[in-house]
Amino acid sequence: MFCEKAIELIRELHRMSDGQLPAFNEDGLRQVLQEMQTLYEQNQRDVNEVKSADRADLMPSIKLRHCCLLRNQRCLTAYLYDRMLRIRALRWEYGSVLPGSVQFHMCAEELQWFSQYKKSLASFMRSLRDGGLDITQDMKPPKSLYIEVRCLKDHGELEIDDPSLCPQHFLPRWKCEQLIRQGVLEHVVS
Amino acid sequence: MDTQSYVSVPPGVGMGENFLSLDDILLCHERLPIRTECIFPRLGFLEKSSDMQDIPEGSKMELPLWLCKGLYERKKRVLSVELPKVYREGWRTVFNADPKVVDLHKMGPYYYGLGSQMLHFESPENPDIAQTLLQTFIGRFRRTMDSSQNAYNEDTSVLVERLDCLEKALFRSGQTGLHSFQNWEKGQASQLTASNLVLNYRKRKITDVLP
Repeated sequence: MFCEKAIELIRELHRMSDGQLPAFNEDGLRQVLQEMQTLYEQNQRDVNEVKSADRADLMPSIKLRHCCLLRNQRCLTAYLYDRMLRIRALRWEYGSVLPGSVQFHMCAEELQWFSQYKKSLASFMRSLRDGGLDITQDMKPPKSLYIEVRCLKDHGELEIDDPSLCPQHFLPRWKCEQLIRQGVLEHVVS
Repeated sequence: MDTQSYVSVPPGVGMGENFLSLDDILLCHERLPIRTECIFPRLGFLEKSSDMQDIPEGSKMELPLWLCKGLYERKKRVLSVELPKVYREGWRTVFNADPKVVDLHKMGPYYYGLGSQMLHFESPENPDIAQTLLQTFIGRFRRTMDSSQNAYNEDTSVLVERLDCLEKALFRSGQTGLHSFQNWEKGQASQLTASNLVLNYRKRKITDVLP
C-alpha cells in the first residue's frame, strides 16, 4: 500500500510525546517525495489516456492515486509542522543557545527558522516597556528577589565574583532562572 | 507546575479531524474491510493475493481509513465499507449492557475515534452506533476520572491498560492536575525546577552511548 513511509515519519514523532526532537529524517522525506513523484507521473499518463483514448474507466485508479498524494502531503506537512513546534519549545526551555547535540538533529532550514524566531522574540521583548522585558524569565510567580541555589554541574565561570568553595550560593533570582531550567543549578527550598 | 512549551496539535472532535494532528493521522491509518464496487485498472499489485493487473469489482480487501474516506461516494459506485466487528450489533449489545468491563485497548486502541469516523460512511446503523459510542463513554468516564484523581505515587499501568486512546489522554491530564495540586499543597509550587525537556535530552544522550 502507498504512504507507508510517510506514516513512519509520523510514528517517529508520535513516539517522542514529551517534545524531544528526533534527528531530521532526510532520507524518509526524500522517499516520500519520490513516491509522490511516481504517483503524479502515473496519474498524468492515465489522465492523458482518459482524454485521448476515451478511457473513463481509469478514473477510480486516478482518484485512488490522488488520495495517496494528498495523504503524503498531509503527513509531510504535519511532520514539518510538529518539528517546528518542538524547535520553538527549545527556545523557551533551553534559551537562545542550543547544545550541539540538539542542533545536530535539525536540518539547515530548521536552524535558519530557529535563528529567525530568536530574533523576532528578542525584538518583541525589546519593544516592551523601556529597554525591554525578558518574558522568558519568571515563569513561576517569584516569591523573593534572592534565592538559594546549589551547583549541579560545572558551567565555567559565572559572572559573579564568588571565589568561595561553598557549594551553595545565595544569588539574585534573575541570574539563576535560566541556569536552573538548564539543570546547571538546583533551587534549594528550605 | 511545569508549563508546557511544546503542545502538539490536538485531535479533532467527533466526526471532524485536525489536518495537522499526529493523533488523527495515526487514527486514519487503521484498516477497514471493504468491498470494491468497480474495477480499479492497473492497481492489481495492491491486492496481495492476486497477480492480476486490475483490481476486479467485488474484491474484498482491507484499506486504510484515509483511503476509504477519500474514495467513498454516496451512491456507492466505488466501494462499500463494512463495519468493523466492534461497532456491529453483537458487540453493541455487550457495550450497552456494561461498558465498564470491556478492554477498549484491545478493541482497537482508537475505539471512539474510529467509531466517530465510521459515521462518515452513512450506514443505516449510524444512529445506533453513535448512541452506543456516547453511552459507552458516559458509562466509563466516571471510573477513569476517579482513578486519575486518586492514583498518587503509584503504578498506574493496571488502571490504564484497558483504556482507549481518548480515555488515556483524559487520564493523563487528570494525573497532571493531581500532581500539580499536590505540589502546591506541599509548598513546592514556587520551587524553580529544571525543564523536563532538558532532563529528558540528557537521559537520552546517556542511553545513546550505552551499548
